[in-house]
Amino acid sequence: MRDTTRHPTSDSAKPGAMPSIRAILTLLGILLLAAVPFIAPSMQLLINLALAKGLAVLGVTVLLRAGQVSFGHALFFGISAYVGAFLMASLPGADLILVLVAGVGGAVVSGLLVGLFVVRYRGIFFGMLNLAFSMIFWSILEKFYHVTGGADGIRLARPSVLGMAMERAGFEAVIFYLSIVLMVVLGWFTLRWFASPVGQIFQTIKTNETRLEYLGLSPRRVLLSGYVLSAALCGVGGSLMALTQGVVTPEYVWWVRSAEMVFIAVLGGAGSVRGAFIGALIYEVVRIYASAFAGDIWQLLLGSFLLVIILFAPGGIMGIADTLIGHRKKSGQRAATAEEAK
Amino acid sequence: MNLTIFLLALFDGISYAALVFIVALGLTLIFGVMRILNVAHGSLYAIGAYVTVSLSGYFLALGFAPVFAFPLMIVSAALVGVALGGPIEWLLLRRIYDKPEVLQLLVTFAVFMILEDVQRLVWGSQPYFEARVLQALGNVTVFGVTYTVYQLILLPLVATGLLLGLRFFLRRTVIGKLILATTEDREAAQSIGIDADRVFLFTFMVGAVLAGLGGALASPTTSILPGMGADMIVLSFAVVATAGLGQIGGAAVAALMIGLGRSFAVYVWPEVAVLVPYLIMVLVLLVRPEGLFGSPVARKI
Repeated sequence: MRDTTRHPTSDSAKPGAMPSIRAILTLLGILLLAAVPFIAPSMQLLINLALAKGLAVLGVTVLLRAGQVSFGHALFFGISAYVGAFLMASLPGADLILVLVAGVGGAVVSGLLVGLFVVRYRGIFFGMLNLAFSMIFWSILEKFYHVTGGADGIRLARPSVLGMAMERAGFEAVIFYLSIVLMVVLGWFTLRWFASPVGQIFQTIKTNETRLEYLGLSPRRVLLSGYVLSAALCGVGGSLMALTQGVVTPEYVWWVRSAEMVFIAVLGGAGSVRGAFIGALIYEVVRIYASAFAGDIWQLLLGSFLLVIILFAPGGIMGIADTLIGHRKKSGQRAATAEEAK
Repeated sequence: MNLTIFLLALFDGISYAALVFIVALGLTLIFGVMRILNVAHGSLYAIGAYVTVSLSGYFLALGFAPVFAFPLMIVSAALVGVALGGPIEWLLLRRIYDKPEVLQLLVTFAVFMILEDVQRLVWGSQPYFEARVLQALGNVTVFGVTYTVYQLILLPLVATGLLLGLRFFLRRTVIGKLILATTEDREAAQSIGIDADRVFLFTFMVGAVLAGLGGALASPTTSILPGMGADMIVLSFAVVATAGLGQIGGAAVAALMIGLGRSFAVYVWPEVAVLVPYLIMVLVLLVRPEGLFGSPVARKI
């Protein structure tokens, strides 16, 4: 961004090369996703699950921007899913919007309660306390099986859409496009939030929290607002996942799920909004094809890959993509200056 | 609650606390010296248990007496420390000491994920149970309550011995003092000729041995199945956090609190027994964010 203001001449040859390439690629990606039900109907369900997961990963990504990692964000993913399932059980035929709003509301309220406690901590404590909270909720789900259905979970009946009862295929299409719309809207919102004053202060927690305090600002309050946002995003993902699968189980809250979210966030590029979704899509597709021959060693592969990314490519997929685009931009600049020299 | 149930809960709590303490001791030692929270510690505990069961199953089948399992436990713990702890520090952690805390956490978490699958590959997912050694030492009866000597006397003795031994080792021996010096100021220690890399490697291996020993000692008292490592890392973290990270003596008190709290809950309100350790941790941390025995750290600007 700075670059464009400092070298107006070199960039006028290729106006804002990097943002425009990014924007075009993003738009193409969204259009491609929207076309999936027509081009590759067999992939629709898979992509839908990946999008739901991507929204949850976006929640983890938000926290990574503040330099914090949570090993328990599946908590909000699961709470939202279970709120939806309980709502459908007590109010048969409830509306899709109501299920989503109630689920996300549950995630926000629990995010606020847990957040009030964990924002007092950073680093190790922040990560591990989140893990502890998700383990607590997981054991509640497993132990109180007469309410929660235990390890079998509970079925989530198909809700009506704007008052209309839907057939399976129609409902799946509605959820699919709803996921895409939510991805675009919430992704855009998160980017705007990062750029907003609160978002800027939030990211300062990573760089220098002490200075933040000297400015008279409360890092805890700022971290809490980011924490609630991340819980809400995980909640949206959890509700969409539950609606897609039609059943919720304690596995939604299991630490493996939280680990998966952190993994995808780091894979996509720690702190990148687009990376969260690209990472989730790649992850889901690879997982489906790899489970046939690597089901037993899946976590082993994830762990090894995580080590490789952290040690050798800390920017993740988006980091690699940026260097590729960056290279192209540089060579473009070189061509422009060469022409000027002539 | 009558006397019998009270005593049962008390004994359960003490033997459980002893096991958790041994594991937590390794975790807090590694953190105290290296400032790294080893998430893979839970896996080392589980692998210690698996190795013990395999070894003692093999040797007992050859006709050895059950008591022979005790040296095998020590062998298993040492194996875990040297064959797993050593390479983890040497190949991975050594590269990341100057990285941000979050990355260090992610690296040990990645190791944890890898080791969880390694266990499943090597030992499968069916539970193991090998309790012959538990009966080898016989029972003891206190006020009409019969309990195994192994759980009521041996485990607390080992735990106390390790606590006192580690304190003595750190304060009175040369190697222990080298470790403390490196903990205090790594650069200053290096400038007077202490090989900090070797100190870290040694500390990490000792911590890993303690995790393996916890698993080895736990193996006769519980069935060994996948997932026990995940439970243990969260539980031992709860102990360590309640005590204050790096507090060795405090970990013993916290382990007793959490162990007793959990075992009494088992008899009073079984559904919430699993939650009690976390509730204790959350309550303590609400009042004292740095743990019971920790002291607030002065900020560097």
